Amino acid sequence: MNAYLSIENLGMTFKRGAVTSEVLRGIDLKIDQGEYVAIIGHSGCGKSTLLNIVAGLLTSTVGEVFLEGEVVDTPGPDRAVVFQNHSLLPWLTTYQNVRLGVDKVFKSKTRAERHDWTMHNLELVQMVPAKDKRPGEISGGMKQRVGIARALAMEPKVLLLDEPFGALDALTRAHLQDSVMEIHAKLGNTVLMITHDVDEAVLLSDRIVMMTNGPSATIGEVLTVDLPRPRRRLDLVADPGYTRCRAAVLEFLYARHRQPSLHAA
Amino acid sequence: MSLPARSLAVPVAAVPPPSAKIIALSLPSRETLAERLLGLGRATMENVLPPLLMLAIIVGLWEFFCSQPGASLPPPSKVVSSTWELITDPFYDRGGLDKGLFWHLIASLKRVAIGYAFAAVAGVALGTLVGLSTWAMRGLDPIFQVLRTVPPLAWLPLSLAAFRDGNPSAIFVIFITAIWPIIINTAVGVRNIPADYNNVARVIRLSHLEYFYKIMVPATVPYMFTGLRIGIGLSWLAIVAAEMLIGGVGIGFFIWDAWNSSLIADIIVVLVYVGLVGFVLDRIVAFVGTLITHGTAAN
Repeated sequence: MNAYLSIENLGMTFKRGAVTSEVLRGIDLKIDQGEYVAIIGHSGCGKSTLLNIVAGLLTSTVGEVFLEGEVVDTPGPDRAVVFQNHSLLPWLTTYQNVRLGVDKVFKSKTRAERHDWTMHNLELVQMVPAKDKRPGEISGGMKQRVGIARALAMEPKVLLLDEPFGALDALTRAHLQDSVMEIHAKLGNTVLMITHDVDEAVLLSDRIVMMTNGPSATIGEVLTVDLPRPRRRLDLVADPGYTRCRAAVLEFLYARHRQPSLHAA
Repeated sequence: MSLPARSLAVPVAAVPPPSAKIIALSLPSRETLAERLLGLGRATMENVLPPLLMLAIIVGLWEFFCSQPGASLPPPSKVVSSTWELITDPFYDRGGLDKGLFWHLIASLKRVAIGYAFAAVAGVALGTLVGLSTWAMRGLDPIFQVLRTVPPLAWLPLSLAAFRDGNPSAIFVIFITAIWPIIINTAVGVRNIPADYNNVARVIRLSHLEYFYKIMVPATVPYMFTGLRIGIGLSWLAIVAAEMLIGGVGIGFFIWDAWNSSLIADIIVVLVYVGLVGFVLDRIVAFVGTLITHGTAAN
């Protein structure tokens, strides 16, 4: 139990009236400090449920999550989440959205320090020019950048990304992936990311956790991506290591654990 | 425009481009200014002319039909001539009920203001409660759904019995009329706060108080103002009817009094005033709403 983030024998069962459905079973995962781990699986495999449990937004039925040896049972800024649909508050400006979290987490710091820290994080995601715009006035990619800035500004021990680029077009997604890689290289955050994009998982992660299909989904396989960093999108296209990792994930997802609905069709 | 400028710039190098630039910039800007004025004028015409035209047609038809022998209602020309004093001097006060229209309207607006203010406060509070608590919703919602269908005037005899006075009874009728849309819309707004906002609040660990004024109030305000706007409209509808029954100074009783004195022209003038005041009230609430939400209701 000396891992930084440790998920132990986690299981989740939802009850709706008389119907119970087991979503997750026997999840064991240890993540080291500074590691970037992606969880990949078909939709409906419970990967978002797993992330929500780590975030503390859901409580697991069995098993525990430990962060630095302490049990996680409520949400908190030490496990900041970047939500799939940005979840910025539409009545606040970009700056105010980030500042809201900063004010809460760094209560002891002075007003000027909190302002500087907010600006620093907006700078990190290149959103300073749009700091006084409201979410309705900026593009989807920019909103997600602000979402990332808001999470980073809380100085989380673990950064949780819930399909952060899922709703974006391919070019914007590539831009943001590069930004996240840069930030990860600079700050060395511990990151747990949910994705269903194989390329994204291989490009960004140190390890890829592949989930089997639900119900009772669990970890099928863990792939270590030992490509050297910094990684560059263009260089990787022809890289045999990259191709091998990609093939392994694809093999897992489409040959051994095809989506049940596809089987039936 | 830009093509000749470019072909000039290539051979003569540095000198000509500025002159070409000045022409290119100043010409369209002059055009847009003139165009903008023209466009503004046209937009005003487009918005103002049709209602004026329709009004002229309606008044013309009215004049024509009511000028026929045996017409039961006066034509507009007669309305204006016989009520000239009422129109031109709304501020006279000869004591008792013999006052100018301004004083009657003010008396009615005062009642609406008091009743509506109570309805707004109580409605938002109750709506919040019903929106937040499932038990409050289960307990109160069916009762609200039944009570809100009771016509406003049906409350008047009951409130007269309770308050034993006309003025508080009229205010109560306004209150009970305006409160339902405010409660229901506020409750819907609170219940529709997106789960994402709540998750953000939980991750940041906002306290209950911070959650209330940083998430719940801003997320609910657009809904609230929908209810408040419906409420002010209903209040103004109800006050005229209520005042007809309770008597005293007020625009409703003025209409009733005019009817009893067969002053049909007076009634017509007052109806115009009542309509205009109702319109202004609606616009004020709508304006306050957009001011508070900054037009950020939608994402």
